[in-house]
This record gives sequence, C-alpha cells and structure tokens, in this order.
Amino acid sequence: MNTRELSKNEYFFGHKACAGCGGSLAVRIALKVLGDRAVAVLPAGCMSAVGFNFPQLAFANNAIISTFAGTASMMTGILAGLNARGEKDFTVVSFAGDGGTADIGIQALSGAIDRNDDILYICYDNEAYMNTGIQKSSLTPYGARTTTTPPGTVSRGNEFRKKDMLEIVRAQGIPYAATASIGYLQDYMNKVEKASKIHGTKYIHVLAPCPTGWGYATDDTVDIAKAAVDCGVWPLREFENGVYSETPARGGDKAEYLRRQTRFSHLTDEEVGAITGGSL
Amino acid sequence: MIKPTLHSGEFTYPEGTYFQAGYLTQKNAGWRTARPVLDTNACVGCLQCYLHCPDGTILETDDKKVTFDLDFCKGCGICAKVCPKNAIAMTPERGLSQ
Repeated sequence: MNTRELSKNEYFFGHKACAGCGGSLAVRIALKVLGDRAVAVLPAGCMSAVGFNFPQLAFANNAIISTFAGTASMMTGILAGLNARGEKDFTVVSFAGDGGTADIGIQALSGAIDRNDDILYICYDNEAYMNTGIQKSSLTPYGARTTTTPPGTVSRGNEFRKKDMLEIVRAQGIPYAATASIGYLQDYMNKVEKASKIHGTKYIHVLAPCPTGWGYATDDTVDIAKAAVDCGVWPLREFENGVYSETPARGGDKAEYLRRQTRFSHLTDEEVGAITGGSL
Repeated sequence: MIKPTLHSGEFTYPEGTYFQAGYLTQKNAGWRTARPVLDTNACVGCLQCYLHCPDGTILETDDKKVTFDLDFCKGCGICAKVCPKNAIAMTPERGLSQ
C-alpha cells in the first residue's frame, strides 16, 4: 500500500497532541491502513489524553480507553465480543505508549501472546511518560534527561538501558513482531498491513519522537526518526514465523543523533563517545 | 469521506461513558505561530507532506497540488521539511489575515 492507495479518510483528526507529535502520526497512519473496521484500544497515555477530550472526540472509528495495565486484556475482550456477535473483517488494534507497554501493560500483553489472541498491538515509543511530564520508563535510553532522572553532579541522566521489547515478545513465540519508525512511513505502512492479515498476536513497536520531551524543533520529528534508523540506534527489525530479518543501517553519526536532542545535552563528549562506542 | 467533523451548539449528554465518534467542538488553529504557504509552481504533488502531517490537515486538490486545513494545522513545519522540492514555506502568523 503506497501513499496514493492509502485511504483518504482521516480517523484521527482534531486531536490535541503537541505540534510535531510523532505518536499522533503513528496512530493516524496505522488507522488509515486498517480502515474503519479497526477498533482501537488506548490505555492511559498521550494518545488517549489528546484523543478523548469530551465532547471533543478525535477518533472517527470505534475507540475506547482501557485501564493502564489492561490494554491487551481489553483487546481480548473486544475480540471475544465481536466474535460472539458474528462480526467479520475487523481489526482489534491498540496504541499504547512505551510506559503502557514495557512497564505497566507488559503482563496483559504477555497473557494475550500466550493465548495467541488475534490482535494487533502497536506500541508507539516516545521513550518516556510524556503525557504526565516526561518521567523515565523502561524504554528511556541510557543517559537521557527526564524529570525523574535529572542530570546533576551525581546523576548523569537515566542510568538504565532501554528494554528490548522485540526480544521479549519473540521469546514467547509470537507469530509476528516488528520495529518501525515514523521516519520510514512506507515501511511502517507495509508492516501494519502485513500484520493485519496474519492470524494471532502481532506486535509492532514504532519509534515516535517527541519534540516536547526530547528537546528539538517541532519540524524535526520525521528527520530525527529517520536519523535514529540510519545511524543504527533504532534498527528496523522483523520477526515473522520465527524468521528474523533486519534492514541494514544506512550510515549516520550516532553522536550527532544524540547531540540534536537537549535531553542528552548534559553528556560530555567522553560520555557520548562511550555510549556510541557501545561501552555504556 | 470519513473524518471527525466540527459541531456547534448544544448536545445531549450521553447516559454512559460513551459518545459519538469523530465529534469535534474546537479548532486547533490558535496554536499556530507560523503557517505553511505553498509555492504551487514548485509543488509536484508527491503528497509527502500529506503523508507526514501528524494532524491530517493537508489535502490533495483537483489539480494534483495540496492545500492546508488552517482550522486544524498547528504549524509544526514537518510538511515544509519533508517536501523534496522546498515548495512549502513556514510564514509567521503575525501580520497575516486570519
């Protein structure tokens, strides 16, 4: 499916996301690929906060807010309900943030994969709890400044590494899992379309840069998302029926990628060198 | 075309925690400090701006160019940056007519 074949319908429109929001682009494009038979589940997070400001409801398709921890279990419930009603040709999709996926919702996600429920779980990863004011999640990268990992004389920002969610879901034997980036929308569209046609649990982890939390100009969102892939910080990976593939990095400077974002501005050249060199 | 649409006036409060999908009551135009202005001669209609707009505010016109929904454009400038022909210029709102 290319840009011209993509549905002209807008299923996520009029929302209150910050200007230049990467997460809202990930939601908008996925819903355009899936069409109006998609039922969206959103836990607490930016996309539910900006999409449902009663009576301003920015989703044109069926969409519901789940409990923070229960995204995947609500998807299971919707799937069971629609099946019981005899509905056909629908997609139960979620848009959960990095905190809602890797921290708070990981148990319910694990349960859904265990049952191999026919759902498409999309994690939009902006690398911190942005909606509540940029608190560290387990998908925040090493060294990043957040409001709960403030750099100073002792702390150097986040001291933990980013969790590898793709390896975690793969270890459970999921039929399909992939990473994507809003910097490469054609690849993301292909993966969403492919995933929607596979039976069982599907997991797509899309990198969605956040100008507010990462500290860069709003027009840079797509460019930064591209740079993350190009320099190898965020490789485009895919697991399909146990077969792994990865799009090779196109080349790019990891240090430059870090230096474009004020969340890394406290790092010294030595620290950046240690991070990009792989010793931290 | 399916798309959330603006409504005005009174509405009936729902009995439960659900409501009509795609029901908008506010525009987002007030957020903008700069607006995209298209050079129609330079535009080749590739639709990269339309694809990358986080707010879905770029529409294709009949003559295969694009136009901007300034009621909902937040002025982020992504469209100007992804345009391969540099056909979009972000112009400060100050001094422009609404």
